[in-house]
Amino acid sequence: MIATICALLVWAGGWWINVRLANGPQSHRASVRVLIPVIFGITIIIVWELLVWAYDINPVILPAPSSIGGRLIVEGPRLWADFQQTIVKGAMTGYVLGGVAAFGVAILADRSDFLTRGILPVGGFMAALPIVGTAPIFVKWLGSDWESKAAVVAVMVFFPILVNTVAGLKDTTAMQRDLMRTYGAGYWPTLLKLRLPSAMPFIFNGLKIATTLALIGAIVAEFFGSPTVGMGFRISTSFGQLALDMVWAEIIIAALAGSGLYGAITLIEKRVTFWHPSQR
Amino acid sequence: MKSVLPIFSVIAAILLFWVVSVVPMNMHLVADQAQRDDLVVTPDTPTARQNVSGIGLALRNTHLIPLTYTFVRPNLPSPHQVAGEMYKTIFGQKITSKRSLVYHGWVTLAPTLLGFLIGTSLGIFLAVGIVYSRVMDLSVMPWAIVSQTIPILALAPMVIVVLGSMGVQGVLPKSIIAAYLSFFPVVVGMVKGLRSPDAMQLDLLRTYSASKSQGFWALRLPSSAPYLFASLKIGISASLVGTIVAELPTGARAGFGARMLVGDQYGQPLVSWAALFAAAITAAALVGIFGFIEKATLKRMGMATT
Amino acid sequence: MSQQTIISARNLNLTFTTNDGPVHALKDVSLDINKGDFVSFIGPSGCGKTTFLRCIAGLETPTSGDIAVNGMTPDQARQARAYGYVFQAAGLYPWRTIGGNIKLPLEIMGFGKAEKAQRVKRVLELVDLAGFDRKFPWQLSGGMQQRASIARALAFDADILLMDEPFGALDEIVRDHLNEQLLQLWARTEKTIAFVTHSIPEAIYLSTKIVVMSPRPGRISDVIESTLPRDRPLDIRDSPEFIEIAHRVRDGLRTGHSDNV
Repeated sequence: MIATICALLVWAGGWWINVRLANGPQSHRASVRVLIPVIFGITIIIVWELLVWAYDINPVILPAPSSIGGRLIVEGPRLWADFQQTIVKGAMTGYVLGGVAAFGVAILADRSDFLTRGILPVGGFMAALPIVGTAPIFVKWLGSDWESKAAVVAVMVFFPILVNTVAGLKDTTAMQRDLMRTYGAGYWPTLLKLRLPSAMPFIFNGLKIATTLALIGAIVAEFFGSPTVGMGFRISTSFGQLALDMVWAEIIIAALAGSGLYGAITLIEKRVTFWHPSQR
Repeated sequence: MKSVLPIFSVIAAILLFWVVSVVPMNMHLVADQAQRDDLVVTPDTPTARQNVSGIGLALRNTHLIPLTYTFVRPNLPSPHQVAGEMYKTIFGQKITSKRSLVYHGWVTLAPTLLGFLIGTSLGIFLAVGIVYSRVMDLSVMPWAIVSQTIPILALAPMVIVVLGSMGVQGVLPKSIIAAYLSFFPVVVGMVKGLRSPDAMQLDLLRTYSASKSQGFWALRLPSSAPYLFASLKIGISASLVGTIVAELPTGARAGFGARMLVGDQYGQPLVSWAALFAAAITAAALVGIFGFIEKATLKRMGMATT
Repeated sequence: MSQQTIISARNLNLTFTTNDGPVHALKDVSLDINKGDFVSFIGPSGCGKTTFLRCIAGLETPTSGDIAVNGMTPDQARQARAYGYVFQAAGLYPWRTIGGNIKLPLEIMGFGKAEKAQRVKRVLELVDLAGFDRKFPWQLSGGMQQRASIARALAFDADILLMDEPFGALDEIVRDHLNEQLLQLWARTEKTIAFVTHSIPEAIYLSTKIVVMSPRPGRISDVIESTLPRDRPLDIRDSPEFIEIAHRVRDGLRTGHSDNV
């Protein structure tokens, strides 16, 4: 009873603080804008902890944040090994492979208007398909180690990056292309000096979408077969052992990895496309 | 319509690549089987064959090439094998049979659609809240954006089992996952859309002393239509993928995901491939339907871009 | 001053095939432009003035007739970098500084590093934008961006300047100022300029020769050799000579128009 009242008070308190901050005179400052969602997040964690404790919620259904935190610390080395297997070897290898392939195909297709008109719709179609379903097929072809996961990721990120790059290369105006013609500039100078820089906002949009897909692909693909290491593997086996706090710990690592990668790409995007209206 | 020929050409090229790849992919298995069937195979021991590539084997055993297209347990089935299996399990079975792809399709589709409906409605509500309340905007929106980078999909099978142990089974648990996966794209897209009218338009409404509610219905909501449709298309394909993943390693007996697993586990790759293609066609159909609605709606609203 | 013809068009015809049938953009256009001329093209929309400019630039190919630039075909002249083109919009790359934008044609044409820097400095001074080379386009006003675009066209010392309604998007006060500057530039650099415009006062103020065109089909209605002195202050626009030429231009426009009514 007391715990529930405490939880309600914490929630109300956190909300009140945020209302004051959001509607106050300092609300435009960057530090305040970061503080508000952080307060919101902390409030949720405290309320969560109190309610789990108060209602004695079965840890199988919903573990307390404190036990998840404990697991994160205790199982550090194993979490790190899982991270390396899934994120570094599986997701990032596939991301780079798929991205480079997509970029190459986009440049090749760019030389032919015919190819571009064919690839955009077909690529967009393929990007909407549940490619994660090809995971068992890749495991059969490439074995259960990280190579099959990288292959799944490569296929998953290929289409969004391809479609966005092709769309970006198309995006120059006739006037800009005419200007290049008045300089007698051939295909390659026009590509390198005009069309590629101009395509960067689109390319980064594709790269950002791809980071989430890479993570999902690597983890879910491990449900279909994996050596005894890897985040997807750990999630499904911990689940079988009813060690839900370990599951959540892995999810938190995945969340941090996902936000980290997304954030890194966004930072690079800010530097490269500093000139775009959305960044100014 | 002038894109029809390029699209066909690209698809034809992909099909051609597929058909040609069947031979090297299956050659080793076919060679092993052929040896057991007392056919002539060069080289004639499995160990010797291990060092030869699929293409190499094919060149040395051209009489075995047709067999690669009809092999029962192929590494890479040929297009006609996949099409045949799909035809068999879609049209050749009663819809209520547990071997019918239509039955499995419905098992996957029902929670996808239900979840999508729930997720989209909640998403629109939250988006309205974010646009009209500064507190909600600053506290919730960053989390909405961050959550898109978190691979929640990995939790899908877990949610199913947890809810199952609490007695919640059937369509509902999968719907919850589908709802979650369509929720955030809709929130982010709607917020962008509701905020899309430019300053000039908003000033005009102020000169009419329009209330917030009037402004919402007359300007913000219609302006958000293109953004909403873009999010709906992302949301529906995310919901479908979510439902399929939720059917995975939890002993599910029905649905596209279950079929993909069953085929894999029982050594019937054609079943997996047929399910995969059926899922792909379903995804394409759903996105296509929404695309059609989008075109028709935007055209009536005079916002069509073509 | 020697009258050397550097752009020569004879019976130029250009028909576009469109979904709605053929469009006769240029019909039997014949014109000579001499070295050092400032020629304005004026007429309503669809009269072919921009199309003709693009033919000179080698950006469009005529269906029949001849056109020679510096004694070569327009394509050859383009490869020989014989002219600088200024579009209606400044078209500066937002990801390059002003200096970087001016260097664009120089990079493509293979100029050396020191020479590039020197040329950038020189042309920025010519258009009165000295010191702006490290700014980005969005930090400049519309008029300044257009001046930067003109500087870019001057950077590689082409003898001919082709300008397609460069000041059309600017307000009149800025426009007057830029007109004056353009005349001063022309006097200093002695280039040959072909200038397309919608504005009658601008056409008369700037040129030594005014070509009046009319639409459907695009053709020349009148060619007026200007009697105004080369050195002109802005208030020459109120002089009786100016007004007389304006009358003649308006007459040319009207007859062209009435042929179609």
